[in-house]
Amino acid sequence: MKRLLPIAAALVFLSACEREDREFRPSPVAGGGDAAISLSSIAPGPGPAETRGDTGKAYEENAYHLSEGKRLFAWFNCKGCHANGGGGSGPALMDDRWIYGGEFQNIVQSIREGRPNGMPSFRGKIPDELIMQIAAYVRSMGRHVPMDAAPGRNDDLMPRPSEHRLPSSPAVTRGTVPPSGQAPQ
Amino acid sequence: MRCCRPALLTAPLLLTACSGWQSSLDPQGPQADFLAGLFWVFTAALTAVWLLTMAALIVALLRRQSARTEPLELDPRAERGMARAVGAAAALTLLVIVALTVVSYGAQRALFSGGEAPLTLQVKGHQWWWEVTYEDPLPSRQFTTANEIHVPVGQPVNIKLKSADVIHSFWVPNLAGKMDAIPGRENRLVLQASKEGVFRGQCAEFCGWQHAHMGITVVAHSLEDFARWRESQISAAEPPDDPVRKRGMQIFLSKPCVMCHQIRGTPAAGKVAPDLTHIGSRLHIAAGTLPNGRGNLAAWIVDAQGIKPGAHMPLIKLEAEEVEPLARYLEGLK
Repeated sequence: MKRLLPIAAALVFLSACEREDREFRPSPVAGGGDAAISLSSIAPGPGPAETRGDTGKAYEENAYHLSEGKRLFAWFNCKGCHANGGGGSGPALMDDRWIYGGEFQNIVQSIREGRPNGMPSFRGKIPDELIMQIAAYVRSMGRHVPMDAAPGRNDDLMPRPSEHRLPSSPAVTRGTVPPSGQAPQ
Repeated sequence: MRCCRPALLTAPLLLTACSGWQSSLDPQGPQADFLAGLFWVFTAALTAVWLLTMAALIVALLRRQSARTEPLELDPRAERGMARAVGAAAALTLLVIVALTVVSYGAQRALFSGGEAPLTLQVKGHQWWWEVTYEDPLPSRQFTTANEIHVPVGQPVNIKLKSADVIHSFWVPNLAGKMDAIPGRENRLVLQASKEGVFRGQCAEFCGWQHAHMGITVVAHSLEDFARWRESQISAAEPPDDPVRKRGMQIFLSKPCVMCHQIRGTPAAGKVAPDLTHIGSRLHIAAGTLPNGRGNLAAWIVDAQGIKPGAHMPLIKLEAEEVEPLARYLEGLK
């Protein structure tokens, strides 16, 4: 028992190292990543339904990627339309209403390809790894990432409680649907 | 001889630190002169105090004590002498402290009393580079550059220090002391170069992963050269004329570069990364990390994370034949 305690303590400490493991150099091969995303589980013909590939876990459970996503969210002016997640001329990101799906892949796709009624496409303008960091951060606004990895304090003024202090359910349930989501039902 | 070899080897190493382009012991301006003077006054005074103390200690240890017959018996003459010695030492200590305080206060006053400077710069610390804006009453004559400051010789330059993220500290040892750049606050610093030269500055407050690679170059020119440099920096980038550089410009404008960088005279207008309008004219790239040149520009574009891990320059996926035109284009932005 006496020996177990330090081992358990060491394990607890070491497990914390992974949450902010910094991967600065993603694979330098051009054009990777695009095909990894399947947006729908519907497949033509008989046979097993398609399974989603990369679910973005590596990004959503990593504090470094999430805080980078938070920085890029401001740098690339996502705030211009989505404000700090509450929505403005673009839909809110912190509620549980998603017009084009709230899974990691849906958000990556929305950023990369754009969406009707105003969301521009950032294909070729933002490198894939950065899009995934932003998508993971967007997921953290609705409290869909582990609490110990979600970004904490801002460097400047805080418009709302930081992401790691949000309640465990989605921050805002049944948020209002923006006009773009009310188009023909 | 053997005993002294390490000492002989280290002595020149220590002495090389006293001159050069990043040393506060090689002052090149009035502000740095004050600081170096202060340093030598303190060093001399404190060395003298240390030597005196050590000498008194050695004398006290070596002096032969006459054996006393009665341990509790006091010799009034010796007691008086000791009281006098302690009193004199305390008075001398007070005198030295007060004198050094006055000297230090005088130097501080001289450092911060700077009147109106003809040139005002805004220097903003970012993780991990410096944004430099030359102020001018005419907005069309203001311009922004990065990681390199040019100053005219013999003129005080007023620097407003700001920070975009965390606390940085601006320190060009040959020209002035350290001054912190604090988010949400503006600190002032005056520096002046008394002769032409190139000096290196360094962020002096730990600011994250690449703190060590956050350098700044200060180039001091004659007044005419400075005016010429300023005119060239105010102008927008010249459009390229040869086909390779034209292709490079196309690549720059169609790739993620434009999301963060600005080149005046083109549609690229990002404000969160260094301004590249005249990057070809700078001595270094990546905040003093690499000497400027086509090869290093290409290396930086292809693998910034290998050179400066953690920097906010992401990995840009380019085709092999796109790298050279892009590097040529940037190199030509004089």
